[in-house]
Amino acid sequence: MFDRKVPTYKVLRDREACTNCGACVRQCSYGVHRIDEQSGKLVADHGACVNCQRCVLMCPPRAIAITKWPQVGTGSAVWTPDHMKDIAKQARTGAVLLSSMGNPEPYPTYWDHLLLNASQVTNPSIDPLREPMETRVFLGSRPVALRVNTRQHAVISDMPPQLRLDVPIMFSAMSFGSISLNTQRALALAAEELGTYFNCGEGGLHPDLERYANNTIVQVASGRFGVNPQYLNNAAAIEIKIGQGAKPGIGGHLPGEKIDGEVSRTRMIPEGTDAISPAPHHDIYSIEDLRQLIFSLKEATRYRKPIAVKIAAVHNAAAIASGMARAGADIIVIDGFRGGTGAAPKRIRNNVGIPIELALAAVDERLREEGIRSTVSLVVSGTIRDSADIVRAIALGADAVSIGSAALIAIGCHQCGDCASGRCNWGIATQDPALTKRIHPQSAAERIVNLVRAWNKEIEEMMGGMGINAIDSLRGNRLMLRGVGLNQKELDILGVKHAGE
Amino acid sequence: MFFREDRPREGVVRIPSGCAIAGIMDRSGGRHDGTDILRSIALMHDRGNGLGGGFAAYGIYPEYKELYAFHIMYECQEARAQTEAYLDTYFMSEKQERIPTQDVASIKNPPDIWRYFAAPHPMRLNMSGFDEAEYTMQHVFHINSHIDGAFVASSGKDMGAFKGVGYPEDIGAFYRIEDYQAWAWTAHGRFPTNTPGWWGGAHPFTLLNWSVVHNGEISSYDANRRYVEQFGYRCNLQTDTEVITYLFDLLTRRHGFSQQMAAHIMTAPSWDEIDRMDAPCAAFETALRSVYASALVNGPFSVILGSEEGLLAINDRLKLRALMVAEHDRMVYLASEQAAIEVVCPEAASIRSIEGGVPFVVQLDEVVAREQGASGENIQLEAPLAHEIGVLPPRRKEVDHVRS
Repeated sequence: MFDRKVPTYKVLRDREACTNCGACVRQCSYGVHRIDEQSGKLVADHGACVNCQRCVLMCPPRAIAITKWPQVGTGSAVWTPDHMKDIAKQARTGAVLLSSMGNPEPYPTYWDHLLLNASQVTNPSIDPLREPMETRVFLGSRPVALRVNTRQHAVISDMPPQLRLDVPIMFSAMSFGSISLNTQRALALAAEELGTYFNCGEGGLHPDLERYANNTIVQVASGRFGVNPQYLNNAAAIEIKIGQGAKPGIGGHLPGEKIDGEVSRTRMIPEGTDAISPAPHHDIYSIEDLRQLIFSLKEATRYRKPIAVKIAAVHNAAAIASGMARAGADIIVIDGFRGGTGAAPKRIRNNVGIPIELALAAVDERLREEGIRSTVSLVVSGTIRDSADIVRAIALGADAVSIGSAALIAIGCHQCGDCASGRCNWGIATQDPALTKRIHPQSAAERIVNLVRAWNKEIEEMMGGMGINAIDSLRGNRLMLRGVGLNQKELDILGVKHAGE
Repeated sequence: MFFREDRPREGVVRIPSGCAIAGIMDRSGGRHDGTDILRSIALMHDRGNGLGGGFAAYGIYPEYKELYAFHIMYECQEARAQTEAYLDTYFMSEKQERIPTQDVASIKNPPDIWRYFAAPHPMRLNMSGFDEAEYTMQHVFHINSHIDGAFVASSGKDMGAFKGVGYPEDIGAFYRIEDYQAWAWTAHGRFPTNTPGWWGGAHPFTLLNWSVVHNGEISSYDANRRYVEQFGYRCNLQTDTEVITYLFDLLTRRHGFSQQMAAHIMTAPSWDEIDRMDAPCAAFETALRSVYASALVNGPFSVILGSEEGLLAINDRLKLRALMVAEHDRMVYLASEQAAIEVVCPEAASIRSIEGGVPFVVQLDEVVAREQGASGENIQLEAPLAHEIGVLPPRRKEVDHVRS
């Protein structure tokens, strides 16, 4: 009886509206809904519900709503029901708690404390409907100064390879295995349509996606799944994943039951075996080792592809990023502690790392102090929730951002946070063919394209309001930001003034 | 004292301003007194509000043309003593004197203004590892950031800036600019949005041989500032003019581009235009835009840049500020308003407005002749970056100011 867990959610069913059609039964992979044999009525197993809201939205007469289980705690601010539930679960299983999606704890979100500027009188705002508004960004390393022949219009300097982004938004790394192939297809199609890039994550690149090579960033992570010369060359850029915002300092573990035929072929590991990414790269124990891996990859791709290095935002991110730039990384990617994940130990996700806003500001400032900011590109991810967050990120110093959760939400994800179970009712974080077919790649891609186009329009509107017509002039332009409700230390780290100053 | 301690001055706050600008140049190098430029800028009286005016003149000190001419403003005796001791250490001064001025009723509390004709101390220059220009620039930065009450108004050779708080025509009379003979003049009348009343904050802004007069408020200011500060420039005044000057200095003196190319980089062609170019041109422009993305200047501006080569006029890419040009014989006239050209040269033909993003360049005939044989390749100065020589990151004057 100790192990009887208190449900988190309660399924409310409007008996008057319900037609007993059974759609909810068919939609729910968790088996929450069933028809009671005796009464012939629909009943719910509340404890199994994860609040993914699939049944709510699929119920034809709109008879279902999910609410919180009404049981209250004792009122203690210390021993909350959540803490007690976790303790009970661990007492039962003796295991590390697993969680999915981004850190839900109420840490400060600095985006919400940064306000944007607009032109009044002394300079005109620019109307993006009437004037050209440029959001094209190039990512890659660059010389400090360019040598050219002006007469012949020729570049004399060796220009390192550059990634061209028509919108300052890419898709974060999400591997096949953690998400379905249909979801990756949707991201690839959207990236191609938008002139940007999706990232196949560390799970290899499925042959079906090879034709999107020009819009693909392939990842080399500590598990090295699916890495071979063909994989490396079948991409626009390569990303070395050192860390991930949701789980800094630890590796990954895709359980054997998720390694079906397709995933096994793509990851190049036997079917049914666990796919384990070690915590560190075992050939990178220090910064000079990173340099060797960067240059091994550059050699393998004949210096034709930019190499990105991704780290989680941790306390010493600024110094690490500077070291990465000096080690030869062309693009520095920083993932904040609220970034999403398919699976991460709950304590790690909820407690390790720092907010992306502070890490970004510190990294950008450090690179500038050392005079190398213009020689390297900076990409951030981990809770980019809307276009204003992107404008803030770029004004703090980012070249571009990556979105993961937002792209998934666009195609159905409801942030229930149960990706790790592999039973995603929206067909995203699952390999069950009955569920993955719920994602139609073309229509899902269309939704992602719509989202990014809408955001890009909003970015243009906000830039125009500031009197800026090229995103280059927004990058690092911290005067366009003002803090509200921040203390002096926070303002100093962010490098912004307080509103009213 | 000429500024009140309780009011924030230039550099402590960022002050947007509108302005009138004008420039007159004789391509052949013939020298003219300041009468015409004074009349031209005076006509645009209403574009300023009496809180700043100034002139830059090229070719005014031919007898000292090998020496740096420092125009320095002092708020107090101590500042002068301290600055002169500093200059004595790092430079060898050939001549120093008070700049002659004339009382003008509307000019209140002018600072004590001196000029020095000096050469870098040869041994210290040698030990610094810098070339002469960089050495001089660093010392100018030092005086402006660290000596309270002293401000270097100009630091070029055979040129000088004459500026202060007041309407430009009054400032011109105060400095007796009709007594100077120059082959190029630029002028500025300022309309700051609040009242710092600081002489150092008036324009033209100058550095070495550069002088910049500017009308506008650039929206890319902080992006540009943080870009140039990587290379050891210190944006103490927080003005657009200052950062534009440093961008020109970085791109031409350090990166070796022509002034025209520097202006082209700062007002780069749009991606739409680049996409329509043939492949080699598009690759060339794309490389420039990606390497110099942070040197792109955005928002409304019209600028006249003066240098030992001549004048360059540039407008923002969208042409959000007025700037007219006219040529007559060997003379070239630039001004915010057409009338300001016509008042000094009614016979000027082909008065036209300068196009957005297309630099207008006028060089001395001798410079044109010299550059005809040039290769078109830019040769970069191999100056070490600040962090490589252990110089601490730049600190801002206002921080010192507030703390002291």
